Amino acid sequence: MAIPRFWREIQSRYNLIGTKCGSCGSVDFPPRAVCPTCGRKSIGKMQRVKLKGTGQVVTYTVIHDAPVNFEMQKPYVVAIVETDEGVRLTSQIIDVEPDEVTIGMHVQATFRRLGQEGPAGVIHYGYKFRPEAPR
Amino acid sequence: MRDVAIIGVGETQFGELWDRSFRDLGIEAGLKAIQDAKVTAEEIDAVYVGNMSAGKFIDQEHVSALVADYAGLADMHLPTVRVEGGGACGAIALLQGRMAIASGMYDVVVVGGAEKMTDVGEVQAAEILSSTADQEWESVFGATFAGLYAMMARRHMHDFGTKREHLAAVAVKNHKNGALNPVAQFQKEITAETVLQAPWVAEPLGLFDCAPLSDGAAALVLCSMDRARKFTDTPIRIAGSGQASDFLALHDRRDLTMMDASVVAGKRAFAEARLEPRDVQLAEVHDNFTITEILAIEDLRFVEKGKGGPATMDGVTALNGKISVNTSGGLKARGQPVGATGVAQAVEIVRQLRGEAGKRQVVGAKRGLTHTLGGTGATAIVHIFERGD
Repeated sequence: MAIPRFWREIQSRYNLIGTKCGSCGSVDFPPRAVCPTCGRKSIGKMQRVKLKGTGQVVTYTVIHDAPVNFEMQKPYVVAIVETDEGVRLTSQIIDVEPDEVTIGMHVQATFRRLGQEGPAGVIHYGYKFRPEAPR
Repeated sequence: MRDVAIIGVGETQFGELWDRSFRDLGIEAGLKAIQDAKVTAEEIDAVYVGNMSAGKFIDQEHVSALVADYAGLADMHLPTVRVEGGGACGAIALLQGRMAIASGMYDVVVVGGAEKMTDVGEVQAAEILSSTADQEWESVFGATFAGLYAMMARRHMHDFGTKREHLAAVAVKNHKNGALNPVAQFQKEITAETVLQAPWVAEPLGLFDCAPLSDGAAALVLCSMDRARKFTDTPIRIAGSGQASDFLALHDRRDLTMMDASVVAGKRAFAEARLEPRDVQLAEVHDNFTITEILAIEDLRFVEKGKGGPATMDGVTALNGKISVNTSGGLKARGQPVGATGVAQAVEIVRQLRGEAGKRQVVGAKRGLTHTLGGTGATAIVHIFERGD
């Protein structure tokens, strides 16, 4: 896959940049041009916003049959995380044993290597989530 | 809008068919349907082909013209259309064919569906299936297609107490039905222990919770109802159709334990047909994973939400149960050549309504339903069929 495809998404994958609707205030991630709730009222009013990077696990799986680029990582945990802003995203959960992950677990985003283009290709990075440090 | 009937059906063997190419399969199904309908080439007005990803599976695009060509129809210069929509493409092709006749533009249409999946390796095939999910915001983080369905299963277990044993009951039932279907990929019964002891694919789904990779094709001949009796004594009327879409990525959906697209598609189809779920005796529903059938029977209101697992275990959806679900064996046992799925589901309903389903015949089958999904539920489509007599 071409390098620009990953480069284009760096803002959101490195810094968790989403959008906030200027009409209803709801947050979306990744950025959207139109708010799914407000429709045309929101056009031109979608403001960039950075997510705090904290949230809770809504559901999760432990992947055993992995794509080629993830073969070295298996078994690994993939979850849907609901952030404190109320948006949901898909991410790996790391720095925890798979059988210790639970629905409702508090997690925080961290910057990690996501994968690479074949054995000699470009490495791409982005967010993964890990158990939240005690507050 | 004109009434539309199915007057001919055809399908190939489903399975790992190393000796058969994409075009072999598409043509076999198409010619069988044309012979079944007893239509001539001159009477066919158009061809619609459901195909998910021939470009990735066999490096061949433009398969609609290819299939018509090798079916011997090149000289007829027919309009041919390939329909894409993930796993729902065959069922969408059927709706497009129905609409073309209903509008009065065409009188006789051939609808086919085909996929050749085993010309690539298993890992690559799984990645191609994943391409109907969100590549940029799901797949890039390591979420596989099975993993996304596994997350629905996990949440259903959490919210409703569904157990792996309930999921296993779906696989056991569909293999039992598949054992009665001579074209099924797996014609062998299995036990719940086999399902529960299989290696993990994506927890809580194991290997036997997943439908296989398959080659195969299916086809239908559609005709306006007023002309259908010229060809057959048992036209099967399409009583209602509903198609719906939703957020592409699973994480954006309103509820992870149901598919809003299935609910809406079902409501639209039942509304058009002026029927209720209790009016159909059998259904072919999308069971690419065991959890998917449980969601489908809940979303279509055959059972109460959250009760799909226990209902399956209690035999509610067994052959000649309260509602017979996936009498063909479903995607799980009949097989899952993606593009063929929606069309093969309709072929099964037609055979059942004609009373030609042999050992798996549903007693008193008057109306049947098909339910087909694209991706993880970003597309859903439901058709309701009934005997035309």
